[in-house]
Amino acid sequence: MPETMTSMQRVLTALRFQEADRVPYFLLLTMHGAREMGLPIRDYFARPDLIAEAQLRMRARYGHDCLLAFSYASAEIEAFGGEVLFFEDGPPNSGLPFIQTPEQIARLAPPRIEDAPCLVRVLETIALLKTRSRGEVPVIAVVMSPFSLPVMQMGFEGYLRLLYDRPDLFARLMAVNEAFCVAWANAQLKAGATFVVYYDPVSSATITTLEQYRAFGLPIAKRTIARIDGPVATHFASGRCLPILDDLAQTGTAAVGVSIHEDMAALKTACAGRMSLVGNLNGIDMRRWSAAQAETAVKQALAQAGPGGGFILSDNHGEIPWQVPERVLDDIAAAVRCWGRYPLAWIQGGP
Amino acid sequence: MQQRQDFPTSNPHDAAAAEGLASARRLFYAALLRLDRSAALDVLSQALAAGHGLPAITEGCIAPTLETIGSEWEMGHLALSQVFMTSRIAEDTIDRLFPPGDASASIQPRIALALLEDYHALGKRLVALNLKAAGYSILDYGHVQAQELVEKILADGVEVLLISTLMLRSALQVRRVCDGLIQAGRHIPVIVGGAPFRFDPDLWREVGATATGASASDAIRLVQAFLEQRRDA
Ligand code: B12
Repeated sequence: MPETMTSMQRVLTALRFQEADRVPYFLLLTMHGAREMGLPIRDYFARPDLIAEAQLRMRARYGHDCLLAFSYASAEIEAFGGEVLFFEDGPPNSGLPFIQTPEQIARLAPPRIEDAPCLVRVLETIALLKTRSRGEVPVIAVVMSPFSLPVMQMGFEGYLRLLYDRPDLFARLMAVNEAFCVAWANAQLKAGATFVVYYDPVSSATITTLEQYRAFGLPIAKRTIARIDGPVATHFASGRCLPILDDLAQTGTAAVGVSIHEDMAALKTACAGRMSLVGNLNGIDMRRWSAAQAETAVKQALAQAGPGGGFILSDNHGEIPWQVPERVLDDIAAAVRCWGRYPLAWIQGGP
Repeated sequence: MQQRQDFPTSNPHDAAAAEGLASARRLFYAALLRLDRSAALDVLSQALAAGHGLPAITEGCIAPTLETIGSEWEMGHLALSQVFMTSRIAEDTIDRLFPPGDASASIQPRIALALLEDYHALGKRLVALNLKAAGYSILDYGHVQAQELVEKILADGVEVLLISTLMLRSALQVRRVCDGLIQAGRHIPVIVGGAPFRFDPDLWREVGATATGASASDAIRLVQAFLEQRRDA
């Protein structure tokens, strides 16, 4: 049966907890675009025109339902004047934390978006993607949550110490980061992004407790998301979230990115009708998948979370590693197109 | 925790001492999770006063408590922030009770710990805190490249190597370290850990490591297992 919806219609239908023509899928590809364009990763991320071109080419090849404008998490650190390290075979990383002593936080100010070339490039990418896809494909933008960004700003250990030992400076850092996050999210929406993914793995149950979520991650997310002028999905970057789902639902997030470390059927039940699920293929494991393994993984995810809509198939981190070969992506795409058509009648017989 | 078949896992706990320390262990665990430094110190001081020696306390109380906390994190019952704070308090308690030097009174193997081609130091830091709290002294190589690491190991006569990585590309670099060691004729256990190894349970084997641990405190058991093996050999 031919597909009858545009990607935009399909994704919006899923987010309304209805069954579209098939389950939407997001192949969240960043570095693969560099390979597609034959460029080193660093040079590739400097060229919005090539990023847009690669996103469109990869969507033509794999047929997935989004275009991704994200470059790398540490671009936000670059915007704050911090250092970014590039590699030939993996994602850029933040370098030496630019906050070396907590006292520096008192003097910290949020950078202006227009002053940060690495962010302006993302805005240009979004505008190109929006125009070239004629509004038929969701264009995804990404922000780091104010609560998760400090891991790169001051190092994980320094940040945990701040959280426990310096409530005053922690509050000040959150104020700076919230202002920046809201401005950055809204700039991307204004440039043409369809929705914003709020990356908040420090709020995941893998990293902080439910009590800490209620004291920090949750109120910060509520305040921040309320000021973002468009739909938001929350991603825990493969951290666990089952223990915090009821609280998360209060943030106004439309969807949640879920991990292979939790049972997706249980997540689906817990989210039912409140938040859609995005996940949960294991990107690290994916490197070695045969066509049969890709098919099994896709079918399992579809069976657990597909029925009734409210599900977008994706990897569980929100970015497919550089080491995953294109062949595996072809196999995943083929499996969703084969098994993902609603009403998923095959599920009764077991995946 | 996973490891090759030929790498024993049994704990060399002395049964009687372990039994005597069982209640100390429960109290120590509770004090750590409450982040109650003075209660944690009291529990260990009382165990000392009751005549338990340092090795018995580390083996019968501290190490198993940290291992429990590690496996509870791995199962999703505790958060990393708790792993960090409890390890910090445990290490602090040991430092107060036993002046540096004491812990290495027993014959120690040369254990090195490195962050390989990666800039995310928390995993390595947690492994260091856990090993230290369990009475081991380690050579901390900080952030290193594969070739540099091999050279350091050869120069220092390292007997057990622990590597932490967070990025997949860094995890794959372990292969270069293992190959380098084999080429140099140096056959030592290489214990690896960090997020990529938790998401791909076969990765440690693929890169040629000897064992992997899912949480930082697994390093204690794995190092103990190596010591046992060496003693039996
Ligand atoms: C929180 C988080 C973030 C936060 C903070 C990250 C940071 N530390 O800098 C933010 C939002 C900033 C982030 C960003 C990114 N992230 Co991130 N993130 C995570 C998450 C959820 C936790 C990572 C973490 O720091 N945990 C704390 C450490 C201490 O945990 P750990 O390494 O697992 O260590 C424990 C055990 O493994 C063990 N252990 C560790 N070492 C050793 C060693 C031995 C010998 C033993 C026995 C045990 C052991 O002990 C520890 C505790 O018990 C993981 C996914 C996950 N569920 O784990 C992804 C993850 C680490 N991120 C990942 C990636 C790719 C990124 C980015 C590069 C994305 C991008 N393209 O920009 C950036 C890089 C950020 C940077 N620093 O530049 C990937 C890395 C693997 C890969 N695909 O290459 C992961 C694994 C997600 C995934 N499933 O793929 N991330």
